Amino acid sequence: MLNRDEDILQAAENWQKAGHGVALATVVETWGSAPRPAGSSLVINDDGTFLGSVSGGCVEGAVVTEALDVIASGKPKMLEFGVADETAWNVGLSCGGTIRVFVEKVGQS
Amino acid sequence: MKLETLAQVNVERAARRPVIVITDTANGEQRLVKATDIATDPLSAELSKQLRMGKSGMIESGGKKLFLNVYAPTARLVIVGAVHISQALAPLARSLDYDVTVVDPRTAFASPERFPDVPLIAEWPDVALPPLNIDHYTAFVAVTHDPKIDDPALLHAFERDCFYIGALGSRKTHAKRAERLKAQGASDADIARIHAPIGLSIGAVSPSEIAVSIMAEITAELRLPKEGEKQTAKVQAA
Repeated sequence: MLNRDEDILQAAENWQKAGHGVALATVVETWGSAPRPAGSSLVINDDGTFLGSVSGGCVEGAVVTEALDVIASGKPKMLEFGVADETAWNVGLSCGGTIRVFVEKVGQS
Repeated sequence: MKLETLAQVNVERAARRPVIVITDTANGEQRLVKATDIATDPLSAELSKQLRMGKSGMIESGGKKLFLNVYAPTARLVIVGAVHISQALAPLARSLDYDVTVVDPRTAFASPERFPDVPLIAEWPDVALPPLNIDHYTAFVAVTHDPKIDDPALLHAFERDCFYIGALGSRKTHAKRAERLKAQGASDADIARIHAPIGLSIGAVSPSEIAVSIMAEITAELRLPKEGEKQTAKVQAA
């Protein structure tokens, strides 16, 4: 069964309450043919376990790595992925779009 | 995101109440706006527009870039009548991301063979409908063509805040239905909520085409601004 957004955010809450460090990554802007619309989210815990998606799978690996940083530092980050990115061939979007992803820690005061 | 904010989002969503989280992307500052508080919010015009479209997005306000994350409940479609049209309507609605439920007390109609993978309730409307908690994010259609089933179903829908009510039948059939419903206590305002004849006028003939016309009408009702809202938006833009 595909995870709905409801399940993803519930998992974030459950992980946090179980004592995990948790980050929430959300697509906030898209240009061109982005694979997932604004509001799509990915939650990541400090094990590197994740649920949901911010793209069709193209950039999730990079987002998870950044999310682990955000969990450690507590400071939110804005990430941008797209063909204009130098690393396009590594973690760009094959569909040619650009997305901005906001990554924040869950449970920051 | 603060844990309280996340927990509140989850509570609102579980209760099928829309909620919007506003994030200042420069510093991560956040606030949550419940649907009931949108009207009095300083950003009410933007918030109500995004909510109606069910769309999240960035806006600029007071020199700040704000991300509005809209959590709208999944739209539902309650179909009263497990008839031929419903066999086309249920899968079409599901492909449009509606949660679909079919109600029909006639077990010969409400059979899993005719409706694979669709939740079916083979009960009369007075038993089947109250537990469904029909809310603002629900579209309601009565398509049995049988007053014994359609009428009590429509009377139930009048008591609820569903965003769409449609009933199958010609103008003539609908006029008779309106009389019957009024005799049972429905008001003119109740009757005016019914879309009948059901569906957009696209010359639909087959059950599948009628299903398309019904879903097109439901989509319009869900997404197009209401008359009052259009005026407010214009005044604010001026």
